[in-house]
Amino acid sequence: MLEAREISWTQDHKDILRNINFHLLPGECVGLIGPNGSGKSSLLKILAFLETPTSGLLYFQGQPVPRKVPLSIRRKIAIVFQQPLLLNTRVFDNVAIGLKIRGLSKEIIQERVNYWLEQFGVIRVSKQLALSLSGGEAQRVSLARAFALEPDILFLDEPFSALDAPTKECLRTDLAQVFKATQTTTVLVSHDFRDVVQLASRALVLLNGQVVAEGSPPELLRSPPRGEVERFLAHFAS
Amino acid sequence: MEMIWQGIIAAFHLLVTGDPEVIAITLLTLKISVTGTLISLFIGIPLGTLLALKSFPGRRFALSVVNTGMGLPPVVVGLWVSIFLWRSGPFGFLDIMYTPTAIIIAQAIIASPIIAALTCAALQQTDPKLRLQIQALGTTRFQYTWLLLNEVRFSLLAAIIAGFGAIVSEIGASMAVGGNIQGQTRVLTTATVLEVSKGNFDIAIALSIILCLLAYAATLGLTLLQQKQQGGP
Repeated sequence: MLEAREISWTQDHKDILRNINFHLLPGECVGLIGPNGSGKSSLLKILAFLETPTSGLLYFQGQPVPRKVPLSIRRKIAIVFQQPLLLNTRVFDNVAIGLKIRGLSKEIIQERVNYWLEQFGVIRVSKQLALSLSGGEAQRVSLARAFALEPDILFLDEPFSALDAPTKECLRTDLAQVFKATQTTTVLVSHDFRDVVQLASRALVLLNGQVVAEGSPPELLRSPPRGEVERFLAHFAS
Repeated sequence: MEMIWQGIIAAFHLLVTGDPEVIAITLLTLKISVTGTLISLFIGIPLGTLLALKSFPGRRFALSVVNTGMGLPPVVVGLWVSIFLWRSGPFGFLDIMYTPTAIIIAQAIIASPIIAALTCAALQQTDPKLRLQIQALGTTRFQYTWLLLNEVRFSLLAAIIAGFGAIVSEIGASMAVGGNIQGQTRVLTTATVLEVSKGNFDIAIALSIILCLLAYAATLGLTLLQQKQQGGP
């Protein structure tokens, strides 16, 4: 579905990412894990075509991605950030906006928006102003907005880190159910390995802009590579 | 004190009886100010958007010029528009000096930098992450700009209020390019000054009350619209 070959990214004379190789298969959820500043969010921005790598190539559905990414490719992905980043309008309109700009019919928009608001348990607030929602509700709306686009690839950049523990736990469980039902191809960035364990089938550990370990999340926890990775993952061993 | 009191009474009499000349001046003021504001919107919003979202050489200099334009003295605008529209000036062939069109041009020049600078400031204050999110929705450049402008719509309404306020209250430009010709280019501000100079305080007070009511009514309408959209109390 998506492949990155030898991706490097330099910003302000600083190497943010170095020679990253990455691939994403249809239907799988891959977790990018690492401490703050390890380059995981930068990698996500490059994979989601929001930044251009300094060197390296990206392939989307087997085709090389040009430096100026065409709209037709950009519209096949969806992103949820750490903050919900909702527009100052009603909840329904927030979820509908991506569909409207794709020129879908009113009926399809209505049906799809209501379906995803229902799936994420926020249909009751569909007429409310988005900025009046609680953090948990807002992030659910943000997820509904992304899923409503029915993207080929979904990118989640620390989607739970701004939430309190019970809200986070609840949303993570709901999201796991949605993943199970939809088999959405996903890249999940998190600094919390528990997110990755629950949602991802494969994980890449990033340290100082490099991929230093890869494997299934339980396997990485059981037998992590020695050194910094082991120390980082030790926090989540319990 | 008695003069003021009599002036106010006479002013209300003029207002209540609907003096034809006062009504004509009021309607012309409204027409000119609204047209001037609309033109400055068409210039100011795209200019402010360009300065806020597009990176190009000289952008900071252009922004400083626009910001300076916010305090542009109307009389200076009036002088330069007069020079350009004067019979021997570069646009003298248009033959629009001392017409409402000339006043509209001058007033649009006064309000455009105000609207451009406030639009630019509003857009620059938006969260960079929100801009990234809008981009990530798969927007074209036009859709991206439209959604961002929609996001700052309350600030844009404030910009419109400021632009209209500057236009409706200015006198220097209207006097210079309009000439305060009775029945043609006489607007509320120029008429008020004229009546004061003639010692007709009753008419001057009446005109000033209308001017204030006009400014208040327009800004009240925009404020109510702004607060309604914002969901304010």
